[in-house]
Amino acid sequence: MAYDLEFERPLAELEKKITGLQRKGDRLKHDEHLQLQDAERELRRRTEEIYSRLTAWQTVLVARHKDRPYSADYIRLICDDFFELHGDRAFGDDHAIITGPAKFDGQTVMLVCHQKGRDTKEKQLRNLGMPNPEGYRKAARTMQQAEKFGYPVICLIDTPAAFPGLGAEERGQAQAIAANLYLMSRLRVPIIAVVIGEGGSGGALAISIADRILMLEFSIYSVAPPEAAANILWRDTAFAPQAAEAMRISARELKEIDLIDELIVEPLGGAHHNYRAAADNLKAALIKQLADLQQVPVDELLARRYQKFRNIGKFGRASD
Amino acid sequence: MVKEAEVPSPAQTSSRNRSKPDKPFMGNLALKCPKCKEMLVGRDWEKNLKVCPRCSFHFKLSAYERIELLTDADSFVELDSDIVSVDPLKFVVRSQVYTSKLREESENVGLNEAVVIGHATIEELPLALAVMDFNFIGGSMGSAVGEKITLAIELGIEKNIPVLISSTSGGARMQEGLYSLMQMAKTAAALSKLAEAKLPYFSLLTDPTTGGVTASFALLGDVILAEPGALICFAGPRVIEGFMHVKLPEGAVTSEFMLQHGMIDMVVHRRDLRQTLGRLLRFYAKVDVTGETRINQETR
Repeated sequence: MAYDLEFERPLAELEKKITGLQRKGDRLKHDEHLQLQDAERELRRRTEEIYSRLTAWQTVLVARHKDRPYSADYIRLICDDFFELHGDRAFGDDHAIITGPAKFDGQTVMLVCHQKGRDTKEKQLRNLGMPNPEGYRKAARTMQQAEKFGYPVICLIDTPAAFPGLGAEERGQAQAIAANLYLMSRLRVPIIAVVIGEGGSGGALAISIADRILMLEFSIYSVAPPEAAANILWRDTAFAPQAAEAMRISARELKEIDLIDELIVEPLGGAHHNYRAAADNLKAALIKQLADLQQVPVDELLARRYQKFRNIGKFGRASD
Repeated sequence: MVKEAEVPSPAQTSSRNRSKPDKPFMGNLALKCPKCKEMLVGRDWEKNLKVCPRCSFHFKLSAYERIELLTDADSFVELDSDIVSVDPLKFVVRSQVYTSKLREESENVGLNEAVVIGHATIEELPLALAVMDFNFIGGSMGSAVGEKITLAIELGIEKNIPVLISSTSGGARMQEGLYSLMQMAKTAAALSKLAEAKLPYFSLLTDPTTGGVTASFALLGDVILAEPGALICFAGPRVIEGFMHVKLPEGAVTSEFMLQHGMIDMVVHRRDLRQTLGRLLRFYAKVDVTGETRINQETR
């Protein structure tokens, strides 16, 4: 996978040099061989250096990278089988959310995931990963099914936002999101949510009320997409990088203020450089968290989930 | 790019037609209805509950004005008015720090936050209530608002009385980042506790109710009422128009639109609100008019 982001230019140059040398294969001279080794070492070092101090906006770019693994990629890599269920039984089927039972580490779990599209045609089908109300209602339906059968729910979060359209308003976008918050806060099975790319506002929250909230290292989770926040606060979307910085949206910053439970390390240069390694890390984290949660009696689980969200918030008293 | 919660700042509001500030000019002597452009006499306008007598345009009310409108005289007891926002992210926008913005709003509006909570009676029936105020940073919800809404719901549970929330909000408060988003989860979870206690929740939507507030407690009412002509939506008209490159039809994403699409129960004129709530309380409240707790036989 190539380094193609603006801030990765030095890495791209090194990569080009390496590919050039590698192409020579057996014809590589001794000193060229040493050059190759040096360049590879240098690439590794520089990548580590750049990625250890990504700015908020650079993290946004990585989180939105066109080659970043999407939910379906992870499902393929971490589950033995997945049976997709369709439709909300009321209006339609929303392809921005995929859901259904999956075989994960020997047990049945219910997956509820945002799904983005990679090429133009699929982007259209998936509506850029922006769900409509029927998507959230489909998720509600399968989560209720999970509760009925006692399957844990695993949510993979990757959406810029809920879809802003007149049709979405007519069919109750706000109601669908609110209903899911309400449902998930009392769903009698363990829920784990993992932000794998973009966690955009209410559109992400609507399937993220969970006992554990995890984030991949270079994913983002924010109250509004940086462009929207910039438009509101600076009245200019060009200030998106500043908004991203100010809102503290990276996994590392959110872990520091304890708004998320775990940060899952990504392979060098981001998940898109090594799908398998990213998926392995994700799977290991899920297995561990699931084992933890499944030991907790369900009433205790719900009490803890309630307290988790009840306690979020920082405020003061005027007399202080 | 998309945004769903819009918090209009004063400069924005003035450039926008639909939420023109309802500031009377010439002191309080006269003002112009932003909808029908009629010149209104300040005193008549106030007597008419700040509703335009010609076109029924409902001007915004402050939290205290609304409490006076809805509840029995002198029955309101305010609680937790000392809760204030802090600046957990050290947020700076255009070189203004969030704490100074808060101080400024607090001084201008005379409130500590964008919601007032407490308990009161309506037609002598007790209830817990939270009333939002759009004047304070566009009624946006941060940690303090989320906490106070949650406390009002918990007050209902503690006192075994119904809960009323009167909403008006531009959505989540950007300056508190993810803390703000999580208030949606917190308030929705509190409402699920209220449901377990089998207590009713009435939601009143007023102009405008948008974004994260609409997508959490505002649309979770057992009964949802709205004032006429209020903007009610998840994504605001500007957002939809900007994103879809279309012009929305007249009357889209208003109270009447929400009623037509089955999202709310009733559109109620301001002058009928108190008695409508009184009627609802007589249906739903556990405590009957004689003040005795009714045995909950229906639910057995």
